Parts: sequence; structure tokens; C-alpha cells
Amino acid sequence: MTAPILELRGVNKSFGPIDVLFDISLTVRAGEVLCLLGDNGAGKSTLIKILSGVYQPTSGQILMDGQPTSFPNPRAASDKGIATVHQFGGTFPLMSIGRSFFVGVEPARGWGPFKRYDRKTANAVAVKAVRDFGITRIDDGDRLVGGLSGGERQSLAIARAVHFGARVLILDEPTAALGVKQATHVLRIVNEAKRRGLAVVFITHQVMHAMAVGDHFAVLIRGAVAADFKKGEKTREEITDLMAGGASMSSLEAEIEGYMASHGGHPPPPAH
Amino acid sequence: MNLSALIRRPETGSLISLIAVILFYVVFGGVDLVKLMGAASWLNLAANLGIVALPLGLLMIAGEIDISIGAMIPAGSMTVAILSGHYGLPIEIGILGALALGLCVGLVNGVIATRTTVPTLIITLGTLMAVQGIILSSAMLLTGNASVSITPPDWAKTALGLMIAGKYQVVIWWWLGLAAIFFWVLHVSPVGNWIYAMGGDQTSARNAGIPTNRLKIALFMLSSTAAAFVGICGAIQFNSAQVSGGMGYIFNAVCSVVVGGVLLTGGFGSIPGIFLGTITFAIVSQGIYFTQIDRNWANLIIGITLLLAVAMNEYFRKLALSAGTRKKGGKA
Amino acid sequence: MSDSQSNSQGGAGLGQLMRRPEAGSLVGLIAVYIFFAAMGGANFLGAPGISSFLNMSSEVGIIALAVGLLMIAGQLDLSVGSVVPASSLTVSLLAGDFGMPDAVAILGGLGVGLAIGLVNGILVSQTRIPSLIITIGTMFGVMGLTLGLTVLIHGSTGVFLVPGPAAKAIFGQLVGNMFQVSILWWGVFIVAVYWLLHVSPVGNWIFALGGDRESARNAGIPTDRVTIGLYMLSGFAAAFVGVSQVMTFNAAQVAAGQTFIFNSIMCVVIGGVLLTGGSGSVLGIVLGTLTFCIVNQGIFFSGLDPNYGSIIIGALLLIAVMTNDKFRAMALALAAGRKK
Repeated sequence: MTAPILELRGVNKSFGPIDVLFDISLTVRAGEVLCLLGDNGAGKSTLIKILSGVYQPTSGQILMDGQPTSFPNPRAASDKGIATVHQFGGTFPLMSIGRSFFVGVEPARGWGPFKRYDRKTANAVAVKAVRDFGITRIDDGDRLVGGLSGGERQSLAIARAVHFGARVLILDEPTAALGVKQATHVLRIVNEAKRRGLAVVFITHQVMHAMAVGDHFAVLIRGAVAADFKKGEKTREEITDLMAGGASMSSLEAEIEGYMASHGGHPPPPAH
Repeated sequence: MNLSALIRRPETGSLISLIAVILFYVVFGGVDLVKLMGAASWLNLAANLGIVALPLGLLMIAGEIDISIGAMIPAGSMTVAILSGHYGLPIEIGILGALALGLCVGLVNGVIATRTTVPTLIITLGTLMAVQGIILSSAMLLTGNASVSITPPDWAKTALGLMIAGKYQVVIWWWLGLAAIFFWVLHVSPVGNWIYAMGGDQTSARNAGIPTNRLKIALFMLSSTAAAFVGICGAIQFNSAQVSGGMGYIFNAVCSVVVGGVLLTGGFGSIPGIFLGTITFAIVSQGIYFTQIDRNWANLIIGITLLLAVAMNEYFRKLALSAGTRKKGGKA
Repeated sequence: MSDSQSNSQGGAGLGQLMRRPEAGSLVGLIAVYIFFAAMGGANFLGAPGISSFLNMSSEVGIIALAVGLLMIAGQLDLSVGSVVPASSLTVSLLAGDFGMPDAVAILGGLGVGLAIGLVNGILVSQTRIPSLIITIGTMFGVMGLTLGLTVLIHGSTGVFLVPGPAAKAIFGQLVGNMFQVSILWWGVFIVAVYWLLHVSPVGNWIFALGGDRESARNAGIPTDRVTIGLYMLSGFAAAFVGVSQVMTFNAAQVAAGQTFIFNSIMCVVIGGVLLTGGSGSVLGIVLGTLTFCIVNQGIFFSGLDPNYGSIIIGALLLIAVMTNDKFRAMALALAAGRKK
């Protein structure tokens, strides 16, 4: 097994008197998908914000490649190869694909104050990067991001992160707002990222989606890691049970039933 | 260029508005097109308005608004008139002083806008009032008069206040030049991308490494300095400055920018669009004098133009978002 | 929304008062009043001073209440500035040039306001265009219509009117030779809008609308009808001020009313209403209006250059919004902390 790219050791986070995260220890390895599971309010988003440099841990350590490090701001985290993709792709609906792909790092020709934004290169690179991820419907870099489907937007954002040398990909509920087909789309992209050797942190409260791509799972409950296990060690029912924090099995079953019903009665594609 | 690419351009709508307005005047007002095109009245208005509308448009693309420009125009002319007219300082000092005032007010607007979550409409409403008061009371205090005269030297008169062929203000050239510079900034230089990104989603833009705070402050400084510049040119051209006036610019400039296809909530728009929007506005309000239509209806026509143009731009934007989708994908 | 609840319970101790969103506006009002009382002396403290700022408050205040409701619901209305002259000219043209009874003319004037409000409301609720732009459009449109029609019908831009004694008494008399009767009408509006926002269930809808339009609609609130209703209210309020102006001054001018646009917004914002919607109170709007008008009128009693007034107002506005901003951030941080 490879050495972990990113590791949290005993991380705590408090806002004033309120403890939000308690003694979190996690590892993320290259070519591995870590699924962070948890109900709403379990502390998932705070944890993401610590990983992406928005918040600093109150105590505890962050290690990258075994070396202690810190992310004083989001820029520092992304400079170290940590890319966060938010639910709606964090993209700009009214910008073209090429322009939004290169926000902040625009390719330019010319020198000094006479630098020109290089639209051709931007469009070509963006379109190629997305198509390499299997989104072949995108062929025109001038198209507006808002015109893409939810899955395509996610894929664009992931492709962007990979293109700019991300080593750790943090995906914040990428499938939450998507239909089944679109979600499958994104899950395929996640697998592709994994195949390319990225470490992926996949945050979700949908157990099905997690089991489809995850190698390693951590369940957060009220700010603490309640369980940490590998693929195949626990069944779906056990995980759902954990996430709900010990609710009665019968009500859980009903919940899962409802989940299946809302997804057209199909179980998710099996993990490979 | 295919249809979908055309529709994606923010200026398409404003070009249609402009043509529609001219057609309306020709068909219903019996306008002599040649006479209208060569008329100085709307060109002069468009130039003065346009110099303010260009930076205001950038701000609006970045998701902000600045209505303090209404006070900055008289403030600019008053400052140059007080410094160079009343106190007899060299005109360079007067001009620099007025521009510096513009930079300061923009700095204040920008700093408050970046440090608080107060909407910039309200912030600049506050500075609008404050600048108005400051300029009024300092004019009264320093000169004892609400109107100050100034006798600019020839070179300043030529550069900023010349009447070409007796009727075209030299400001028209400044407007064209500035439009070219703004075009460069927004559409050619990489900074343009930052402005779009900021208006689209500020947090993501910041996370992508764009210095959003500095950029926002710079844009506010640009808009109030441009307003001060219009004021300076007015003072030099008419040899005097009044404390009042300028309030009309607020709504007129916002109208021009919005007719030009800029989205008030940010993230969408273009310099050619703003340019055409300004011309549309100027032709609606001044072109009416060339028609048989009673000029009292000008405001009605402006209002209707604005609403129709905005509705059309909105519709085009919707089309633009779906343009290029070959098959029906999931929800956008 | 907590203030709506505490308001409906009525009766608040001093400590409770200080925690309410209006506390800041009240402190501002007292500070400003003391300042001008010290500068202006007996004249300001006596009837001349009180009547001057109350007269102004009553007019801008009636509009500010309606505009405030709209802002709490997350919308703006700039067209009020053109509705005021539109209504007063309608009244004077109907009663003067067409010789109709005063009652009909007044109803006509108010009807104009309601109609413009209806147009605004429909445009705002049926399109996705920001209300700022829509109401700038209708503002220009109404301005043009008023000017065009007045010149067409009357031949000039100003119309004189001698109202009947009844109409004059109800809308335009001066009580004690100084106090406009519109002050009483302002009181009526305050009570009515207070009831609407803080007592009736519609108030909750208005807050919900400003907080999150989508959720409000999903919760079954008739968002379109509420929006249209609020615009009709602000059109009506502006028209009412137009009526009382023409009754008070016996004349109507095409160019009047522009100052109401920003003045009403400033009153509302100084009163602690969030421009982005979802928060505010009637008491705050009233306090904000009084503060604004005391500065505006008090300056004439103070012996200071009257132009300092707008500096003070600008500064006041900025201080008000920045302290509100700070308080809100603190309140949200506290709430977020408590939630966990």
C-alpha cells in the first residue's frame, strides 16, 4: 500500500465554546477513494473547509506526504494540490467553458500590461480535458457553463482540478442534486480520477453512491469519526444504521425502501 | 458565425434595441436618418454618459453598483473650478485634485464594500449624500457661491473642452478612446476574466486565486474617477461649475448599461453592448427632437425601451444557456 | 423574524428593547435630536421645529412604510418618485380641467397609484428582471406619461387647483397653522402597516418572501399575489402623498417627487431594514424616518450651513448600515454556534 498523501491526526475544531469536530484522524492515499459519510450537521462541511484551507483546525495536525503542513487559506491548499469541487461545480453559469476553466490562471499571449487572454488555447485545452474524461458531448469551448447538465458541470470542475495538477480531489456532495443517470456519470468520472492516481475524498450522505466508488469509508457522527472501515467490511444496512446513529432497523428499512423508490427502484451499479 | 454563437453575445440584444429605436423614430417620427446620424446633440450626450457608463458597466458585470457617480460629476467640476478658478492654481493642479477626489471616493466605496456585506447600492447611496453635502458646503464655505467660474488655459480647453466644428464636444474622442481601453481590459486582457468570474460567483473566484477585494476597490476607484473626469470636462468647456446636476446621470447610466445587455446581478455583459446601450439611450432622449413626436414623451419612450430591452436581453440569455445543447440533457 | 414575535406579545423591558433591531435606530434618533436641540434651541424644540420635521416625516414616512415592506420582501420601488406627481396631477386635471367632483378626482389619483403598482407587481413577479430595473423603467414611463398628458390636456407643466372645503379639510388643512393633517394620516398608515407586518399572518409571508422566495413559494405562500399587493400598496402610498400635496399646496407640478426615491430608501435603511430582505420592523422604519427628517429640517434651525445636512445624512446612513451589518454578523454567529 502506498503512503498516504494527506493525513489528519487528532484534529479538533471549535467555534468559541462549541466543539464541531472532535479528534478526527483520517488518511487519504493516491489512487484511493475515501468516502466521508454522515448525516446533515455531522460536521462534514467543517471538515471539508479544514481540508481546503477555509478553516484552521483548533488543534491537531495535517500531514502531507508525511510532513506536517498547514493551509492558512484556500489558495495555499490549492497550491499544494488540494482541489475542492462543490455541489454545483463552483463554476460560473454565464461564463464560457474556456473562460471558466481558466479562471485565475488565464493563458495569455503578449507581455506586461499588454497580455492578451488566449481564447483559442483556453477553449482547446478545456474541451480536450473534459473529453479525456469521457464527456464527449462537449465540443465547443465558447458554450456557456450554465447550458451544461449538472453532471457535465461536475465533470468539468473535476477535469479542471485534475488539469491543474490536483493530487487530492475533495468532492462535496457531487451527486446530491443529480438524477440517477447524471449521478452515474459523475461516479464514472470519480473512478477515472482514481485510475489516474488521484486521492479522492468523496463526501456524501448517499450510501449507494459511496459504495459504488469507495475504497475506504469513514462515518462522521456529531463531529467524531464513528467508524472507519474498508470496502466490503460492512454491508449497506450496517452503514446506514451507523449514519443514523442507531435508529431502529425497521424505520431504517422504510427509509431505504423510500430511497430505492425515489431512484426508480434500481439499486446502484455494483462496485468493481 | 452561427446563430447560437451570435445569441451568446451580450451585445446582440442591444444592437437590436438600437435598430428598433431608430426604426421607430424613422417610421413614426419621420426622422431624416442622415440628419439624425450626424447630429451632435445625441453624440455629445452619449460621450458624457458613456464615459461614466463604461466603468459602471464593469462594476455591474462584477456584481456591484455605484450610484455615487451622481455626486462625483458636480464634485469633479466644482473641485477643478474651486482650485483653478477661485484660488487661481494652475489647471494641472485643479485637474489632478479633482481626479484625486474621485480616487478617494472610489477608495472609500470600495473599502466599505469589501469590508462589509452591505449592498453597494446602499453604500454608494450613503457616499452620494455625503459627497453632495461636502461639495455643497465647501463651495459655500470657500467661495460663498453655488456656482464658480473658471478660465482654463488654451491647452486645457483644447484637450478637454473643445467644440469641434462648433458643435461636437472633444469628449467624444475621449469616450471612443476609453471604450477601446475598456474593451481591451474586459475582452482581451486576462483581468477581464477575473471581472466576469467575480460577478458570477465571488467565493469561487476568490478561491481560484483572484484578488477580488483589490479588484473591486479598483473598479470603484475607476468609476468615481471617470465621473470626476466628466465633471472636469464640463467645467472646462462651460467655464463654470455648478453644485447641482449629475443626479440624472445615475438612472441614465444604469439604463444605458442595462439596455446594453449587462446583467444587474453580475457575470454577464460586454463593452460593445454598453457602448451600443449608451448610444441607444442618447438617441432615444435626443433623437426625439428630430421627430414630429412631442418631446415631452421622451421619458415614456425611454421607460418602454428599457423594459423591452431588458426583457429581450433576459430572453436571449436564456437562449444562450440552452444554445449548443444538441440533445436534451438533464436539468441545467 | 424574532421581532415580529416579540412585537405581537407587546410590552418590552429596557433590556429586551436594547436587543431588538430597532435599538440602534432609537439611539441614532435620540442622539440626532439632542444634537439639534442643543444647536437649534427653543425654536427647534417648540412648535415650529416639531411641525417642520413632522410635516416632512408624514409625507416621506407614508411612502417609506410601503417601500420598507417591499424591501423586507426583498424588492425595491423607485417608481414612487414619479407616482407622487402623477397622482397629484391626475387629481388636479380631473377636478380642475374636467370639472369632476373632488371625491372622484381623489379616487382617480389613488387609482393611478394602484394601477402603476399593479403593473410593477406583475412585471416583477412574472419576469426574472430585478425590481430595480423594472421600477426605473416604470419611473421613466410614468414620468413621460405625466408630462406628456399634462401638457396635452392643460398646456403647461403646472396645474393650480382650488379644492372643495371637505377635501381640503381631510387631506390638506394645516392644524394650528403649522401641522399638516397628513401627520394624522401617517399615524393611520403606521397602525395599518404595523398590523399588516407584525400582527396579521401576511406579515410572516412578507418576511419569508424576503428571506427565501423559493422556500416561501414551496411553503404555499402566494408569492406572486403578495408581491403584487405590496407594489400596489407602495403605489397607493405614493399616490396618497400626491393627493395630500395637491390638497395642501393647491398646486401640482410635473417635476415634483424625485426626492422621494432616495429619501424613502434612506429612511427605511436608517431604520434597520435589510436591503436584501427578510428583516426589519415598522417601528424601525418610523424611527428611521424621524431621524432622517430631524436632520433634514433641524439643520435650518441650527445656524449651520444647511448643506451639512446631507453630509450628516450620508454619514448616518453609512454608520447605520455598518452597525446593522456588524450586529447581524454577530447574531448569525451566535445562532450558528447555538445550533450545534
